[in-house]
Amino acid sequence: MAISKEINGVEEACKDVKDGMTFMLGGFGLCGIPENCIEELVRLGIKDVTCISNNAGVDNFGLGKLLKKSQIRKMISSYVGENEEFERQMLSGELEVDLIPQGSLAERCRAGGAGIPAFYTPAGYGTEVAEGKEVREFNGQPHILESALEADFAFVKAWKGDTAGNLIYKGTARNFNPMMAMAGKITVAEVEHLVPAGELDPASIHTPGIFVQRIIQGSNYEKRIEQRTVRTKD
Amino acid sequence: MALDKIGIAKRIAQELKDGYYVNLGIGIPTLVANYIPEGINVEFQSENGVLGMGAFPFDGEEDADLINAGKQTITTLDGAVFFDSANSFAMIRGKHVQLTVLGAMEVSEQGDIANWKIPGKMVKGMGGAMDLVASADNIIVAMMHTNKAGESKLLKSCSLPLTGVKCVKKIVTNLAVLEVTNEGFKLLERAPGVSVEEVQNATQGELIIKGDIPEMNL
Repeated sequence: MAISKEINGVEEACKDVKDGMTFMLGGFGLCGIPENCIEELVRLGIKDVTCISNNAGVDNFGLGKLLKKSQIRKMISSYVGENEEFERQMLSGELEVDLIPQGSLAERCRAGGAGIPAFYTPAGYGTEVAEGKEVREFNGQPHILESALEADFAFVKAWKGDTAGNLIYKGTARNFNPMMAMAGKITVAEVEHLVPAGELDPASIHTPGIFVQRIIQGSNYEKRIEQRTVRTKD
Repeated sequence: MALDKIGIAKRIAQELKDGYYVNLGIGIPTLVANYIPEGINVEFQSENGVLGMGAFPFDGEEDADLINAGKQTITTLDGAVFFDSANSFAMIRGKHVQLTVLGAMEVSEQGDIANWKIPGKMVKGMGGAMDLVASADNIIVAMMHTNKAGESKLLKSCSLPLTGVKCVKKIVTNLAVLEVTNEGFKLLERAPGVSVEEVQNATQGELIIKGDIPEMNL
């Protein structure tokens, strides 16, 4: 019998989040974000949290909802250009912001989940990002030491999942979700389709269920498109 | 006459070679995909996790789960693959991507690039740009030669916070194609009808002019 990770509802899955915790939230832009968990964090009204997420949502969607209610004390991201409220809070000093290169962000999450405390990368050498970090040459090229990231909770979103916590992502909605799933002390996965263990092809699973502590059937996905670009049929 | 953005994209497209995996940045670089020379096969990587990007979807066929790094809806071509962000940057840092094209606010004659922050004014973040410029062997910058105030963007040294050091190899602007060398910006080609003097006047950094400078062949 597979170990069941199934939780009945987002309230139960988020019941022990607390003020001041560090969260990871999957997604790139608004693609692949844990919409249900974000709604629940807004509803719970927890404060002073640190959010590790590639982006910060837009003004009224995604992490923008937590920002609007001033629930976030610090953001760790690579790109935050789509959110006016974010900019306002950052420039006024209400919000602490740590901007880090996207590849380093991904690898720091992966390292956190993989038991690697730190690693060297060439990204950011000679820039503000390298300030205060150890520099070391490998093969004649300078690299900087980057440390692993971990979180009290990781909130990830997948397309399909089974009750054993195994996850399959759709398209580019995968992005940061697999690494963040690995790096959460408690990882909550919300999925569009939750199926019984045994129904997913083991060879097609992207995130093994061992990294997931709680899985819920998500609901009411809006899946908003940030930049709708199309061509017309002749 | 100076080139427009499409002209810059067309000239950069001539740098594509058969078998290249290419990462295109947001803005002018994205346009390069529209002008792939005939008879060659290249694949476009987008750092949010797709290789084998195709055109924009037809109206009504867009998918919220299928975007590029500019958050635009896209399609995929036969042979395409999706992957996570760590794998994506393994491709980039591991030098599996042969060409990176990106925009810039400033480039120095040493090949330093600044494109992510204007202190006190604009802080959007570096996204994947620092990882891309730190690792790619072949980096082409696509940009206007001067900024909106008419000031040169090709400088002796960058004034804005850097994205990477000594990494830019080639620059294609609305006025010229230039190579970054140990001595400075080497002028390779002029935009059609643009004189060497015009390029010189728009370049603050050291400009190296050797022999006759041909016009771009677009």
